[in-house]
Amino acid sequence: MGKITLKSVRKSFGETHVIPGIDLDINDGEFVVFVGPSGCGKSTLLRLIAGLEDTSAGVIEIDGTDATALPPAKRGLAMVFQSYALYPHMTVRKNIAFPLKMAGLDQAEQDRRVTHAASILNLSSYLDRRPGQLSGGQRQRVAIGRAIVREPSAFLFDEPLSNLDAALRVSMRQEISELHQSLKTTMIYVTHDQVEAMTMADKIVVLNAGRIEQVGSPLDLYRSPANLFVAGFIGSPKMNFISGAEAQRQGCATLGVRPEHIDIAPDGPWQGTVGLAEHLGSDTFLKVDAGALGTLTVRASGEVALSHGDKIRLQPQPDKIHRFDTDGKALR
Amino acid sequence: MARSISQRRKTINTVLAWSLGLLIFFPILWTILTSFKTEGDAIAYPPKFLFFDWTLENYAIVQERSNYMRYLWNSVIIAGGSTLLGILVAVPAAWSMAFVPSRRTKDILMWMLSTKMLPAVGVLYPIYLLFIKLGLLDTRTGLVIVLMLINLPIIVWMLYTYFKEIPAEILEAARMDGAGLKDEILHVLTPMAIPGIASTILLNFILAWNEAFWTLNLTAAQAGTLTAFIASYSSPEGLFYAKLSAASTMAIAPILILGWFSQKQLVRGLTFGAVK
Repeated sequence: MGKITLKSVRKSFGETHVIPGIDLDINDGEFVVFVGPSGCGKSTLLRLIAGLEDTSAGVIEIDGTDATALPPAKRGLAMVFQSYALYPHMTVRKNIAFPLKMAGLDQAEQDRRVTHAASILNLSSYLDRRPGQLSGGQRQRVAIGRAIVREPSAFLFDEPLSNLDAALRVSMRQEISELHQSLKTTMIYVTHDQVEAMTMADKIVVLNAGRIEQVGSPLDLYRSPANLFVAGFIGSPKMNFISGAEAQRQGCATLGVRPEHIDIAPDGPWQGTVGLAEHLGSDTFLKVDAGALGTLTVRASGEVALSHGDKIRLQPQPDKIHRFDTDGKALR
Repeated sequence: MARSISQRRKTINTVLAWSLGLLIFFPILWTILTSFKTEGDAIAYPPKFLFFDWTLENYAIVQERSNYMRYLWNSVIIAGGSTLLGILVAVPAAWSMAFVPSRRTKDILMWMLSTKMLPAVGVLYPIYLLFIKLGLLDTRTGLVIVLMLINLPIIVWMLYTYFKEIPAEILEAARMDGAGLKDEILHVLTPMAIPGIASTILLNFILAWNEAFWTLNLTAAQAGTLTAFIASYSSPEGLFYAKLSAASTMAIAPILILGWFSQKQLVRGLTFGAVK
């Protein structure tokens, strides 16, 4: 089981209210990603769930039991840290076995679980090495191994891939997703990378300044962002925002159109000049100076023969236009 | 050109370093040489550097007159005991200051250090009276306690500096893995800080070994250490330079040998954290 419920959880450091009050339900077996810009409180929220920080107010329930005052070890959760946080003086085997040793399991059971975890994570031939002799990806796998042997009710990941290079990040991302599918254990994953959030999550929690902006599935957030912040944060390249006369004409304060929802059409209502064209082969990204509308990013599929200075006309897909009121809330 | 300048600078630095080293070592060398002279040669003017009648007589007399082994044993017990006790107190103290700091932690650290600036003689009277009351005068237990307290600020500071270098996340990982406070300090923090703890032990042992003020004032026949042993040969009434030197040589030999063999550890420990 791994159901986690936060009820009006607050965290303050002195006069600074990092988390002014959060309510959230995380269901058993869900892969939940906390995403948001630096300093939005996502790591703090994870540490509150882990028990590494004390809550200032509110209740944290794990599997229906109030765990707010429980020390980290008693919460039945396992955590994977950004810096791996391996014990440098222990071999991989001892690192993975450490939580089992602390739990007082006998040697035979420790060996069995360590061997099993090592085989899942392809670490079997590194068991007698020390962390210093491993690559970044291997270290991260050891950290995950140390977490899975405990058979926790939920895994907590604190930006676990941000120290890895781009290629390794993609493969580790897949490994973690596969691990979730095979273990079916609740996972809470913190990242500032919205691509990680979109590709891994069952449910994304978008945080900003310690508040939840929106909770939903990746495609829910993509299709129906609740406000300007979520609209701008989810999706890459960023959504285009247009205010002024064009927005007023459509009955809102701000219009939002994703770059992939603007077509290049000879009879389109918007016109502009190509400022920058990025040809990636599969896609072409254009920065278009559209006069009063501002600079628009346009994503065209495949190779498009346009370059700096070309004049084009653009057609937003009408059913993909997002409208926001003066407070930034989406108009539905 | 650049190469030759750096070569010249290197030579100058080497010569300077050796000169400074020899200057610092000279009193010790002179003491050792004097210990092999007759009392006459020891005060001869101009002084005799190497060409004198070498003799082991002083060592024989010192051995005969006083029980070197007892002083040595007292030194070992007192320096070792105060170091061990100090480490046991300082590890948890430094842990809490490094990993669970409060707003007052820095002030407490500075205050602890400030006690080292107090002239020892300033507290001699109260401590002496306390020792009489508690029956600790001229006991090894008393000396162990007082030397531990005297050196505690340095031990705590050194350990605090080492512990600050250990990422807090590793200790948090241990907490997540089910380690209690004892396990966290015993299985994770201490093994990671072994180089730092070792050099702290070493430095503290040397400081306690060489301590003279408290050992001279609080001990007599029973708990006297090697510093008291040396002092017993310092007498204004006769020519005892050679014997005093022999006693000094015997007293410093163990710590000199220990320091020589652990110099790498000591230097690494003292510069730990200077460069990341």
